[in-house]
Amino acid sequence: MDRLRRTVVAALGAALLKPWAVLAAWNKEAFGAKTAPEALKGIGAVGAAPSKDIVIDVPQIAENGAVVPVEITSNIPGTKSLSVLVDKNPFPLVAKFDFMEGALPFVKVNVKMGETSDVRVIAEAGGKHYVATKEVKVTIGGCGG
Amino acid sequence: MAAGPMKMRASVNGGVTDIRVLMTHPMETGQRKDQDGKLVPMHFIQNVTVKLNGKTVVESQISQGVSRNPVFSFRVKGGARGDKVEVSWVDNQGESNRTETAIA
Amino acid sequence: MIRAAVVFLAAVCALPAGAQDAKKEIERYQRMVSEGSPVELFEIGGEELWKKPAGPRNVSLEKCDLGLGPGVLKGAYARLPRYFADTDRVMDLETRLVHCMTTLQGRSLQDATRRVFGNEDRPSELEYLSAYIAAQSRGVKMAPGTRHPKEQAALELGRALFFHRAGPWDFSCASCHGEPDRRIRMQELPVLYEPRYARAVVATWPAYRVSNSQLKTMQWRLNDCYRQMRMPEPTFGSEATVALNLFLAATGQGEPYRGPGTKR
Repeated sequence: MDRLRRTVVAALGAALLKPWAVLAAWNKEAFGAKTAPEALKGIGAVGAAPSKDIVIDVPQIAENGAVVPVEITSNIPGTKSLSVLVDKNPFPLVAKFDFMEGALPFVKVNVKMGETSDVRVIAEAGGKHYVATKEVKVTIGGCGG
Repeated sequence: MAAGPMKMRASVNGGVTDIRVLMTHPMETGQRKDQDGKLVPMHFIQNVTVKLNGKTVVESQISQGVSRNPVFSFRVKGGARGDKVEVSWVDNQGESNRTETAIA
Repeated sequence: MIRAAVVFLAAVCALPAGAQDAKKEIERYQRMVSEGSPVELFEIGGEELWKKPAGPRNVSLEKCDLGLGPGVLKGAYARLPRYFADTDRVMDLETRLVHCMTTLQGRSLQDATRRVFGNEDRPSELEYLSAYIAAQSRGVKMAPGTRHPKEQAALELGRALFFHRAGPWDFSCASCHGEPDRRIRMQELPVLYEPRYARAVVATWPAYRVSNSQLKTMQWRLNDCYRQMRMPEPTFGSEATVALNLFLAATGQGEPYRGPGTKR
């Protein structure tokens, strides 16, 4: 009981003492979408134009779907945000990065993939959306290290 | 702050600051079963904020689709040695953590 | 019957044509995963544990002698397993850490080994400590003990165990790790009694395994291999496991250590 009390007090304390830790926006609808088209709708990226200026660096084959490294660069001038989706995941939208104040439209992130699927990247620039995809084959590993 | 270790490295090269940050977090999807067969509840980081000298440069919204113990790399134009970089995260259960480092 | 099973296994596991591209792509995956690995978090956790007072004597592990003197960590992992005069036996990193927990910190053997292997939610102390200590040998050439009579005896035991067939499937380590171009699904199986294959392996353990988000140690790796061979579970830190560990480390000696690694 004492431990529970301490946890509650700590949580309250955390919420009170860390104003930066609350009130951050999180697009529940888009992240809760179960198909890629729905997720794209959630981030306002329906009808995004294919672009070769979004560079997606992913392994063609992932030995394990728990960690798939993804490196994204957008060469589209004025890119303000990058969104990453894994089309076949139960919830396709994985992350959205908003860049401001001199941050470059570049990110590296490790994503989970349940099966072989396209990794889809949406770039937002000048009020428009652009898209690029790359397929990653996810294998079931062996038994060793 | 019950969160596990968090580590960041920031270095500047040719006018661009490279930031690499590692976070301890289970990033539970809510679909995993524990050893007793019970579903482990969703527990994942939702927001990651990157600040350079106190100014927000990257705001991220992420989901349980990001791997456990997330590792991110970001790049910011500018920044000089000694400048302060701070990365903080908040998860869906209200837990949070932050770390800061000087650009090397 | 056994021979037929081995032939079948070899046929199933032989690399098909076009697999070279797959191999390159998998190597690329391994590189990218290593570059973006959270393994360093375990090194940090290990450093905290190394310095934290514990046990009835309320003392940290900082005076633990891993072979190069009390508290000397730089290059210590690269020189393990080795013979220790104070215990008159060959020990690997994990058995030596348990020794320090009992002798320096006054903990009971039962307490120190209650939970040797952890899980993704709660790594074990030995996993954290192994990551930290191994990291202090980065760049140092692997040079386990091979000269002392007990080290030589352990080497011979390790070699014998590597090739010894037993269990319901009559497997030995060599059944999987004894011939080139063997694989299990997409996993290439290195020939571990040959230096050119063993070197890369011993230089990257302990390792963070992304498939279960855990830092895995050599004691775990041997334990799990025995499980996969359907053999009885070896006792943690047993003479057999240390001997096998020494055999592998000696086969891979000379390789600059570059772990803790990141693996599937």
